Amino acid sequence: MKGTNLGEFEEIVLLTIAALMEEAYSVAICDEIEKVTGRKVKLSVVHAVLNRLSDKGYVQSELGAPTKERGGRRKRFFYVTHAGKVALTKSKEQRDQLWSLIPSFNLKFT
Amino acid sequence: MKNKKTIPPKWADRFLEWYCKPSLFEDLQGDLYEHFYRHIEDKGIRKAKLIFVLNVFKFFKPYTVKKLNFLNKLTQFIMFKNYFKTSFRSIARNKLFSFINVFGLAVSMSVCLLMITLLTEVKSYEKFHADASDIYRATNLYQYLEEEPNLFASTSIIAGKRIKEEIAGVEAATIMRRNFAGDFENDNQKFALRGIWADESFFDVFSFEVIYGDKDQALTNPKSLVITDETALKIFNQLNVVGETLLKGDEPYQVTAVVKTPPFNSHIKFEVIGSFSTLDQAQMQRNATGWLSWQNMWMNYTYFKVADGQSIKNIQAALDKISIDQNSREKYTSIQLGAQPILKIMTGPQISNSLGMNMGSETLWILGILSFVVILSAGFNYTNLSIARSLRRAKEVGIRKVVGAKRGQIFSQFTVEACIISIFSLILAYGGFLLIKPLFLSLNPEMSRMLQLKLEPITIIYFVLFAILVGFAAGLLPSLVLSKLKAIQVLKTTSNTKLFSSVSLRKALIVIQFTLTLGFIISANVAYNQFKYSVNFDKGFNGENIITIGLAGNDPEQVKTLFERIPEVEQISMAAMVLGTGERWGDDLKYKDPLDSTTIYYSSVDQNYIPMLKHNLIAGSNFLRTPTSDNESEIIVNETLLKRFNIGTPQEAIGEQVLVGSNKLTIIGVVEDFHYAPINEPIESFGFRQNLEDIQLLNLKVNSTNLVGTMDKLRAAWEGFDEVHPFESRFHSEHIARAYDTYELMFTIVTFLAFVSISIACLGLLGMGVYTAETRMKEISIRKVLGASESSLIQLLVKGFMYLLLIAAVIAIPATYYLFDSIILADQANRISIGLNEMGLGVLFIFCIGFLTISSQVWKAAKANPSSTLRSE
Repeated sequence: MKGTNLGEFEEIVLLTIAALMEEAYSVAICDEIEKVTGRKVKLSVVHAVLNRLSDKGYVQSELGAPTKERGGRRKRFFYVTHAGKVALTKSKEQRDQLWSLIPSFNLKFT
Repeated sequence: MKNKKTIPPKWADRFLEWYCKPSLFEDLQGDLYEHFYRHIEDKGIRKAKLIFVLNVFKFFKPYTVKKLNFLNKLTQFIMFKNYFKTSFRSIARNKLFSFINVFGLAVSMSVCLLMITLLTEVKSYEKFHADASDIYRATNLYQYLEEEPNLFASTSIIAGKRIKEEIAGVEAATIMRRNFAGDFENDNQKFALRGIWADESFFDVFSFEVIYGDKDQALTNPKSLVITDETALKIFNQLNVVGETLLKGDEPYQVTAVVKTPPFNSHIKFEVIGSFSTLDQAQMQRNATGWLSWQNMWMNYTYFKVADGQSIKNIQAALDKISIDQNSREKYTSIQLGAQPILKIMTGPQISNSLGMNMGSETLWILGILSFVVILSAGFNYTNLSIARSLRRAKEVGIRKVVGAKRGQIFSQFTVEACIISIFSLILAYGGFLLIKPLFLSLNPEMSRMLQLKLEPITIIYFVLFAILVGFAAGLLPSLVLSKLKAIQVLKTTSNTKLFSSVSLRKALIVIQFTLTLGFIISANVAYNQFKYSVNFDKGFNGENIITIGLAGNDPEQVKTLFERIPEVEQISMAAMVLGTGERWGDDLKYKDPLDSTTIYYSSVDQNYIPMLKHNLIAGSNFLRTPTSDNESEIIVNETLLKRFNIGTPQEAIGEQVLVGSNKLTIIGVVEDFHYAPINEPIESFGFRQNLEDIQLLNLKVNSTNLVGTMDKLRAAWEGFDEVHPFESRFHSEHIARAYDTYELMFTIVTFLAFVSISIACLGLLGMGVYTAETRMKEISIRKVLGASESSLIQLLVKGFMYLLLIAAVIAIPATYYLFDSIILADQANRISIGLNEMGLGVLFIFCIGFLTISSQVWKAAKANPSSTLRSE
């Protein structure tokens, strides 16, 4: 297993899962990321990341009810685990800390 | 949305299912479908499909792909020990069935082992030559006017010479000529040797091993002689005999090289090779016109080696050019040159006039198919009995499945069992193989000359592979059936007779088995009858109690006086050959019209021959004198010749003159048509002549009660007279019977196979009988209690099987009839008509055996005391 660091894209996916709440399954996550960030996201990439996240223990998943639009196949819904939440908070805290260190004039757009 | 077009490509879907981990599969597939349907709406169906396929491939990543299930494989491996154990137990428990299986497989496998050895050996022919795949034999496709063209292995000398000189892609070519034979004299001791003529390139094309002498120069000069090591030892008692001289007649030949005796797997065999230049120079000096004729193609052979990197297509094109050029100078005949790879000589089609023997692809195919049929029959037995027995094993399978066995594991378990059986059989079969090998080789003198059937290490490997293959094939169906069983079904239902839907399959297998068996039996019968018919056929002459003795080049008159002294010999006649065996000599015959000629077959005889062999002389008179070497003037012809030239009645023909070759002969008698050739060939023009040079054997009419004693006297007389040549004597009728030995051979082989397949089929039937009696024991007992008689019970159980046999007969009889009537015997002029007799006997035989086999088992069941079977419940 890789380290427990959150990669940039991993973080986005994790945040999206958290944001989507009950509706977080692969396709929806994909769509949401596209909507928010405006970048093209490949389904296979999202899948790989979800797989990695669950390996790290940040997400868990369970199968939902069969739906018509997927040819009768069930969706796999993801939710953020405690470890995931800790990781997210930790990453946010680290950033905040860094933000607080930056003198305000340094970020003035010139 | 559900219509067909809006479904993603099936194959991609299946591919996904194949590689994807089951835990991820459903979700993944669902996502892809969702995307797919979405894409249909905004991008169109084609693009959507494309994206789907691309995505399927994109998902092919380490984390989605099924893990190679090492653990699973490992258990499989560990379980093998268990499989072996259960297999052995089950084999040991069902002794009868195991015996039937092992024995049946062993018998048919020994036949197949023979076939495998034969094939490996035949395939090894000519392989010892360096670059054997580049060596070719020139063939001639000969066509006279518009007649059917014939393919010959021989070719003309001019063709050989032109191949040598004109074709650039030919690395080396050698011209050979057959029949270099005679008595060679050394120190006043004569040795009869046989061999070939060959020119100086012989050793460039072939890789016969030269022990002494210079192989490049050995055959260059006229009167050179290459002898084999065996011959050298025989004559000189030493190996290095280069430079020695041998006298052939009064011509001295010098030994220029000693070679190893040609290996067994060479179709070219010789004791001596004479240099072709001996003949070539003599003929060229004499300026003989025929020598370099395009049509002088009956005695000569050309073998050539293609240079590296040259394609045979170019060579063939050059051969075609030569043929066109030569044919343009011919009037009636056209000869097409061809090339046959030397590696194909033994296994390829039979070509007339070949230098050595060949097995022929036809024979190989027939033998191969027959052995396949036999092994098939034994395989059916295994399948049949195993499926029938599998009722007993069903519980075992159920429990294994409950404990966690996968389908593949059950499958391999039963396959292992089948393979164990077939390996057992292989051991037995090897014994059988050793037993039938000498029998097979002695079937026919040609067989033992062509084949040794020696075991090579590679053959043994083939044997084992073959056994495993057989085991796998025979066990395939039972393993499939058993591994398909569902644990719940097996364990829930107490009576699981209904579990198997393969009853009809079993019946079909039995029918096929008996159809084949019946086919064999009928074939054996037909072949035997044809053989008997041919030998006893009234050929128009009678050679009973006549002994023929080969002259081996001695003067007929001398040998005749030699034998006349023996009192048991009543009469002696001279002849060129034994007629009716297929040997024949022919010449051109012309009557009044010099442009109209026909081929006349002839034999030279003396005045005693026609009365002795009881030929029917219908007009004119017999010869009055013994044959002479010159002044040949008379001929006795057959009726067909008269019809051919419209000479009129036999009486009118007497005194007419015909031209045979260059001899003007007067017809002095006419004999009734008789079969001078094997009876499957039509009768054409034939004549008796009186040319002394042709005489090669004596016919002795012997009046004796002690034939063996007389034979010894004859032999003693011969040996006192000629020490060099062996005494060759045989009954006239023996010669005739030999001419039909194809039928005899066919009969022997087919009878043997019939026997094998009957035994196998009956063993199978026996097994099925036992099984039926066993499973229906209760039913039988209850019927008996209710008052059924024993005979009605037997009838009840036997009926089903006899019905199957009947179906087999209905298939086999017309099929075999067709086979013989339209294929095998179709081109025979005189043949038996296949009647009820030939067909019916075999069928009756099989029915009786089948009935006895089944009823013996059923009878036991019917006789049993019902109380003992029913009480135990």
